[in-house]
Amino acid sequence: MTEFNEIKASRRAFLGLVAGGLATTMAVRPAAAAKVQTKARIVMIGAGAAGTALVNRLVTRLDGAEITILDPSAEHLYQPGLSLVAAGLKPASYTRSKTTDWLPQGITLIAQAAAAIDPVSKTVATSGGQTVPYDFLIVAPGLVLDHDAIEGFSLDLVGTNGIGALYAGPEYAAKTWQAASAFTQAGGVGIFTRPATEMKCAGAPLKHTFLIEDIATRSAGQGKHEMHYAANNDALFGVPIVSEKVRMLFEDRGITPHYSHVLKAVEPGRKIATFTTPKGDVEMGYDYLHVIPPQRAPEVIRQSGLSWADKWTDQGWVEVDQKTLRHRRYPDIFALGDVAGVPKGKTAASVKWQVPVVEDHLVAAIEGRDGSKVYDGYTSCPLITRVGRAMLIEFDYHNNLTPSFPGVIAPLEELWISWLMKEVALKATYNAMLRGKA
Amino acid sequence: MEQLTFETLIAVFEEIFGRALFWGMVVAAVVVTLAYLYVLIRDRAMSMRKFFLAQLSMPLGAVAAVVFVQVMTNSHLRDVGGPVDVIVLLGVAAMGAIGLAILVYTAQSLVRRSQ
Repeated sequence: MTEFNEIKASRRAFLGLVAGGLATTMAVRPAAAAKVQTKARIVMIGAGAAGTALVNRLVTRLDGAEITILDPSAEHLYQPGLSLVAAGLKPASYTRSKTTDWLPQGITLIAQAAAAIDPVSKTVATSGGQTVPYDFLIVAPGLVLDHDAIEGFSLDLVGTNGIGALYAGPEYAAKTWQAASAFTQAGGVGIFTRPATEMKCAGAPLKHTFLIEDIATRSAGQGKHEMHYAANNDALFGVPIVSEKVRMLFEDRGITPHYSHVLKAVEPGRKIATFTTPKGDVEMGYDYLHVIPPQRAPEVIRQSGLSWADKWTDQGWVEVDQKTLRHRRYPDIFALGDVAGVPKGKTAASVKWQVPVVEDHLVAAIEGRDGSKVYDGYTSCPLITRVGRAMLIEFDYHNNLTPSFPGVIAPLEELWISWLMKEVALKATYNAMLRGKA
Repeated sequence: MEQLTFETLIAVFEEIFGRALFWGMVVAAVVVTLAYLYVLIRDRAMSMRKFFLAQLSMPLGAVAAVVFVQVMTNSHLRDVGGPVDVIVLLGVAAMGAIGLAILVYTAQSLVRRSQ
């Protein structure tokens, strides 16, 4: 029997190692900056991704501020998970949590919606009749899905008659999977749409198309399904280089693109979808239809005079400076998240990068100086192309790709690691963001 | 990613495996590592016979780790799409191999002291 006498260890060396490790852990903890003393009244409309992440950061920066947050929803939704729910990969509960689980101590939550905003007298009226005055207002109520804009469509149809609509929430995402799953088994014609307005996560319509095509081909075999994607304009994605890549993937996967086809009406009985096109209305038969309705700012925003007057006039996004997210006419108002009137950027990834910028400018304004941080339109989309693969696409206002891991994770390559990020790491990162820690 | 902190990483792993399973695995890993160090210090030497059996168990550990990650993430070997994926796969396999080797070595040392 051989003994390996050179390798020796001692209790002392072991204890030394443990002590050294602990000392290193303690040493790398960052020191907390001094809090800013203020009596400012800050009102936030919306406790979604943006509002929650911002309020959790503000409470660590400000001492004495009176922060009020308005949100009528008791449920917080992890919206990036809806694509996975609608493909049967996660249960609806995966996206659900309680709004109050994420909010910090020492702030006031009013479980009501904003009914009116008066930017001149600086007050917000709530749906319950309260009037809340503010020194600074953060507008982050999200957006509304305009289902009524599509003739013949209503949410009761989702899950039956081959109709899906995953944007409408966890319950409808799960019903979408019922309809999509039946289609993957039975085969037929699948049509995937997107609206002509600005929208949340412009990658999601593509993800749903890719996932359902993948599941259909794998479960029922090739040749039983005919897949069509109806694009709202002449591109498949807002960033040209990504659009080209998607065009190639569609060609490879046998998904037919139909450019400038905007869903106008649905006849569930006859299973006919009508599209507005430059050449007039076009009818297409379907066995599965995925509906994403037009999206707009909530009515209260559009009524309060905060919207752009010359841009997105049918949608009403808040008129903010692209780089600071500060209102261009009312400097004590900021808007972030879906409601902000900036190109692209209606994603949780955008929020993650918008929040520190708004925080910086808001705290600076409280201190009577100018902030310095700039938001350059960063957003990211783990564009799932199969169950098990995705492209980690990140870009900015200028349509430039801005990869976080250049040379390691290629943005236009279908990778397993990108899928792993979407499937397992994204929700954790999102949760850390909500707590103000990422 | 804008900020990647130790706290974020922990949160990520809790999310991947579920909080109970993740911390259970952390505790298991710590216990096995401490037991391994304990037997090394106690015996003041490595036994090549135990190490040989530990080495034989390595391929099993590698395969088990890869299968575990794939089951947890709805993925499959066919999803490997580029060099970085191969590196991730090999990394997972290496961790499984080393982990099981340490476990087997320690278990033998604890069970059969007089070798």
